[in-house]
Amino acid sequence: MDKSKKYLLAIDDEPVILEAIKRVAGSEGWEVATAADATQGFNLATKNAYDLCLCDIKLPDMDGFQFLEKLNEIHNPLPVIMITGCATVENAVKSLDFGAIDYLPKPFTADELLSSLYRGFRYVEATKKTQNAKSNTNSLIVPCPSQYKSLGYASWCFVDRDGSVKIGVSFLFLKIIGAIIKINLLPLESEIKQGFSCAEIEAENGLIHPVITPLSGQIIRINDQLTSDPLIVEKDPYFQGWLYIIVPQNLNYEINHLMVCNQ
Amino acid sequence: MFNKISFKLILAIAVVATLVFTGFAILTFRTQSNLVMNQVKNFVNTQSETIKNSTKVAMLSNNREVTHEIIRTVGKQACVKQVRILNKEGKVMYAADSSQIGMILDKKAEACYSCHESDQPLEKLSISKRVRIYRLHPDSTRIMGVINPIYNEPSCWQADCHAHPKSQKVLGVLDLTVCLRYVDQEISTVTREMIVLAILAILLLAIILWLLIKKFVDRPVQKLLTATREVASGNLIYTIPDLGNDELGILARSFNKMTRKLAEARQQLFQSDKMASLGRLAAGVAHEINNPLTGILTYASFLLKRTKNQHELHSDLEVIVRETMRSREIVKGLLDFARQSIPKKVHSDIHEVIDRALKVSENQLALNQIQIERNYAPRLPTIYIDPNQMQQVFTNLLVNAQQAIGPNGGKISIKTAHVRLSPYGKVQIKQALCPKGHDLMDAQMRIDGLPSIKLKIKINGKESFVYLDPIYGRNHCRSEIPLKNNTPIEILCPKCDISLIDKDEECPKCGMPIYLLEIPGKGQLRGCFTDDCQWQHWDYIEKQGPRDYIEIKISDTGCGIPPEIVDKIFDPFFTTKGQQGTGLGLAVIWGILENHEGMISVESELGKGTTFTIHLPVKRG
Repeated sequence: MDKSKKYLLAIDDEPVILEAIKRVAGSEGWEVATAADATQGFNLATKNAYDLCLCDIKLPDMDGFQFLEKLNEIHNPLPVIMITGCATVENAVKSLDFGAIDYLPKPFTADELLSSLYRGFRYVEATKKTQNAKSNTNSLIVPCPSQYKSLGYASWCFVDRDGSVKIGVSFLFLKIIGAIIKINLLPLESEIKQGFSCAEIEAENGLIHPVITPLSGQIIRINDQLTSDPLIVEKDPYFQGWLYIIVPQNLNYEINHLMVCNQ
Repeated sequence: MFNKISFKLILAIAVVATLVFTGFAILTFRTQSNLVMNQVKNFVNTQSETIKNSTKVAMLSNNREVTHEIIRTVGKQACVKQVRILNKEGKVMYAADSSQIGMILDKKAEACYSCHESDQPLEKLSISKRVRIYRLHPDSTRIMGVINPIYNEPSCWQADCHAHPKSQKVLGVLDLTVCLRYVDQEISTVTREMIVLAILAILLLAIILWLLIKKFVDRPVQKLLTATREVASGNLIYTIPDLGNDELGILARSFNKMTRKLAEARQQLFQSDKMASLGRLAAGVAHEINNPLTGILTYASFLLKRTKNQHELHSDLEVIVRETMRSREIVKGLLDFARQSIPKKVHSDIHEVIDRALKVSENQLALNQIQIERNYAPRLPTIYIDPNQMQQVFTNLLVNAQQAIGPNGGKISIKTAHVRLSPYGKVQIKQALCPKGHDLMDAQMRIDGLPSIKLKIKINGKESFVYLDPIYGRNHCRSEIPLKNNTPIEILCPKCDISLIDKDEECPKCGMPIYLLEIPGKGQLRGCFTDDCQWQHWDYIEKQGPRDYIEIKISDTGCGIPPEIVDKIFDPFFTTKGQQGTGLGLAVIWGILENHEGMISVESELGKGTTFTIHLPVKRG
């Protein structure tokens, strides 16, 4: 395999989706291999070293979780982005627990697919860098406070004493997407759902990145500072750069899908 | 009949009463007859003493003729069977029946036995021992005999005749036998009376008990039984009338409470069952549509990215991508629905939503030379709606209007207003049930486009149907026969024939019987449907008072809707567009408005145009 190229493995039982991924990802220089079921995909993954994998959560022979488990068993480091139907967003959130790095809700646009692939690729790069240079003090890392919880690597939340929840974007996510151009927020009183997008961040190369919501609830406050100075998110993602304060809907259940911040 | 509690109770009480009364009667009879017999004994004894004493003078003077005469006279009395005087040897000295004089009786005979049992005869005996009661033949009347010993007295041995020595203690006996016919007759009469009285008392007791049991046990139990049967057959809103404060009354009340709870639970179950199966269908459809939609969306958006330089193509593709995104929202909505979630409501400006819908249809409208006239009211309050769903409502209506106008051009005017409406004549009845839970909504017969409420009526034995207007208080009812006042009428469920008449109330306007329909989750609807009156009352809605609405009127100058199909336009799969339409547009609109507690109505004039009026509630507070 050519080291200069980016290799993608796409697993889906729907040919039109595989074709679409091939066309769209191919246009951005990805070399795409496809598999129609998980077994086929697993065999390919063990044979070749791919940079990223897109995998449907519902496959004819096994589901996405089993695929992730099988990869874990053989310590295959292949980063997986789950493709999910809307009905299985809850499952998608769960898949983050199982080791998927991100997920992409169906139906998606070309841009959504590309931004997801971009983030995936950058994520792999970023984690490789931190592993290679753990002692390198030059790479600045803003730590996530330990009482915060995060959904995947993307967003965080903090349950306040009065029951309201502050939510925001994690440092790693911001580092991956690059310089921020604009943040599109939802209006006040909107209802947001765990796993769905609650904001869009337009980043340096024109890609739009959705911010997945860590908890469901209703927005009761928006960080007004963001409209005048969106860069505050980059500067101080965990305190001044918060996005919303929400009243959570199903806190006790949904909090189980979240991870404790420790980086 | 024989298994009824009341019958068993009465039977048991009657048996016990009979036993008690019989025992009591027997005891009373015994003591009574003993008393009577003792009196008779005393009386006969006194009589024999009197005879003895009256013969004494004659005996002392040894005047036998006089003694004979006295005995004969006594013997003539009606009830005296026999009267005789025996001497010590048992020889009959005097007797009323002269043929017996001179006879010698055996001392061992029954009459003499009590004294002459032992060899040395007794000289004194108590009355009861001296009395004997017997029958000559088994069939004859009873007879009482009294032996009265005649004792030796100084006057006897001192008398001139010197017939008796001083040493003799008993000179002879007076034997008096009287028949007991009258006494026995008396006793049997009394016995008969007593039996009759006892039977009467038992009967009276039984009747009184029967009446009491019927009132306090039988009727309440009957009502409970009817209620259990009604509930068993599915009529869960049947209530038992008040049965008082005893245990049965408490039972009835807790029964009513139980059925009410049960009815609520069933209603919820029914609703959730319906939602669950609809949800499965929606989830299935959404899942199937998701994959092709992904194909369309990725290719279209990819194409969009690559045609940034070709302006015309780019803007057309933008529409494709935007509308595919909208489809994505619809699919999401379907899945949300499948998960029983409510529409994603946010506070929105209705004008923005309408404008967005207009933008989507802009090209088509311009192509058909259709003018848009916006009559927006200034400063409308925001309303709590799902803007995506509501946009779909307006898009669908605009498409319909454009198709009604056709290629020759026309005008669509959109007018908004803030109105305050009384629920009367506005709120749509979307569900109505009979007491057994049968759906009364009839999608076949529509009144101004909405499913009507179908009721069966019986007038003078003739069956017919009435279709109630689903708009509360509007009363565009349809009936196959005219409904006059003062005609006896039966109102029935067309499915199970259960009566829908409210027995407790009558029409406050005309006094006629009124119907009572269950509106699931929203109380009960009462109404009168005689042609002149048509009173209606829906407590649940009336309590909410007048509400604020935003009114949106979308009028077109199109061909209009023929009156014969105006009733069908909200039906799923009803279409006049042949292959071009799915027939789902207005049905979807209806569903969306239902989710927003909104209403839609249609007015149309053939050749002139159609106006759809939508009302969306403004939340208070």
